[in-house]
Amino acid sequence: MVFSLDLLFEAVLFGVLLGSFYAAVSLGLSVAFGLLDIPYVAHPAMLVLGAYCTHLLSGMGVDPILSGLLLAPAFFVLGVLIYRFYYETFEKRGSDTGVRGLAFFFGFAFIIEVGLILAFGVDQRGVEAAYIGSSLELGDYRIPYRLLAAFGVAIALTVALTLYFSRTFTGRAIKAVGQDEGALRLMGANPVRIKQLAFGIATAVNALAGAVLIVIGPVEPAMDRLYIGRTFCVVVLAGLGSMSGTLAAGLILGVAESIVLMFLGASWAPAVSFGLLLLVLGVRPQGLFGR
Amino acid sequence: MKFWIPALAITLGLVGLAFSDINEYLFFAGFVVLQFVVLASAWNILGGYAGYVNFGVPAFVAVGSYTALVLFKALGAPLLVQILGGALVSGVLGLCVGLLTLRLRGIFFSIATVAVIFILETVVLNWRYVGGATGVQIARPEVSFGFETYTRMLFAVMAVLSLVAVSISRYLQYSHIGQGLRALRDSEEAAECSGVPTLRLKVIACVVSGALLGAGGAPMPMYLSFIEPASSFNLSYAVSALAMPIIGGIGHWAGPVIGALLLGSLQQYVTVEISSELNVLVVGVLLVVFVVIAPDGILGWVKAWKRFSK
Repeated sequence: MVFSLDLLFEAVLFGVLLGSFYAAVSLGLSVAFGLLDIPYVAHPAMLVLGAYCTHLLSGMGVDPILSGLLLAPAFFVLGVLIYRFYYETFEKRGSDTGVRGLAFFFGFAFIIEVGLILAFGVDQRGVEAAYIGSSLELGDYRIPYRLLAAFGVAIALTVALTLYFSRTFTGRAIKAVGQDEGALRLMGANPVRIKQLAFGIATAVNALAGAVLIVIGPVEPAMDRLYIGRTFCVVVLAGLGSMSGTLAAGLILGVAESIVLMFLGASWAPAVSFGLLLLVLGVRPQGLFGR
Repeated sequence: MKFWIPALAITLGLVGLAFSDINEYLFFAGFVVLQFVVLASAWNILGGYAGYVNFGVPAFVAVGSYTALVLFKALGAPLLVQILGGALVSGVLGLCVGLLTLRLRGIFFSIATVAVIFILETVVLNWRYVGGATGVQIARPEVSFGFETYTRMLFAVMAVLSLVAVSISRYLQYSHIGQGLRALRDSEEAAECSGVPTLRLKVIACVVSGALLGAGGAPMPMYLSFIEPASSFNLSYAVSALAMPIIGGIGHWAGPVIGALLLGSLQQYVTVEISSELNVLVVGVLLVVFVVIAPDGILGWVKAWKRFSK
């Protein structure tokens, strides 16, 4: 592939759209891992679960993005239950949460993945909607509407979460619990309930992100493995727990991946996020926008 | 002596078994169980003693396998050289990953190890010499040491390798390295303040663990007479190598051995009797169940029972 400015521009354009999508799928993790410090490695598996639930709903004729919104309350409850369970078995006992918490979520992710394989098989599944498959024509460029849909959802989610965490009382309490749990307790708030709420929100965001995932392209059960790298890369790059940082980091990853895709070929693209992740961990572990 | 005499006797017994004329399939399945004894013991050195969870087991195993393949293809190296080479290269990988990420909190190390899997898999996918995505077929050389078939020889080799892995893991547990690792698992700051060279010990553990994982993966090309990236870098290695020590009991050399023998045999049974998907599910479910109801594994039960019966 010869290098040219036109191609570079196209790569950056698609990178920005792809990057906003990466930010959308990482926001939930940014709350669960970034703010609450829970080793939530099952996040990408929940994302794929959300995508499959969207697949089921849209099979009944519901628009995929709308399905994501409809699924959000159910995922909120699921998130609350997962956190309660995690709290009762690990956080409360304080028993070496390091190894066991990680092992728990890793096993949990694996169960979801194999469960999806048993239920749906290993074939790819997709959804149908008017905006999937057609493109917006802008001069020489064709921009698929599905990327624009993802872009819209990503921006909306980021703005909503940023406002929630900075303007509302409970949102600020969630930020506070990430910084100093003891202090929050002294202020008379119950950290467990706050964390439960935050984890519920993180999981609910995942339902919508899962819908975006299946709008972007067909999904398969083992897809969560790729997204372990992408989501953690974005969250670590962002600096733990920053929502606007998550969007910026998603854009950086998207552009980097898109440039590699365009100039080196598709077979190298999956390594970009993981390489970037290792680089950040080695050089600047507090992230680009860390506190 | 309490350890060495039974351990040597069991190993010799297993090697002797390879010369008997029982069903070939037993060796085919037994190889996998013994391989998991190696992998689980190796994982336990860093994960159990130091509390740093390595999800990157497939990366180390595959580096062992592919090093063996390259040594065989380029030089026609014999099996023992392949295993040593695999261990060496995986050990170097452990050194690099360790130096890069072991300064950080545990979960960052875990995620970095996932990254290593995918980066190396991408490299292998793009590397023609080792077959890229399609993999390569290998013609096994002549069987040596007077074994009847190659599978029998591999079984015997894996039995010896298990002895080596378990002895190293046991030695480390009782040495000053093991003491230091346990100290830093309980509190990294306290250990550092008491003069434990935490980073050095963690890197040593990571190198030894990585080398053993590589050694465990090195015989794979010869075992299957075929190698390809998707199965070499399969994440189920990570789940198994994690689940076995946790089910047996982490932090003690015997835990992974118990876990690997139990879970490895169960896996072989489920694969044959039901399906290989379900076999992976069984491991995941058992992992979650044990982490929740028996955080100290089977060894924890044994300890509780001993205390109770006193």
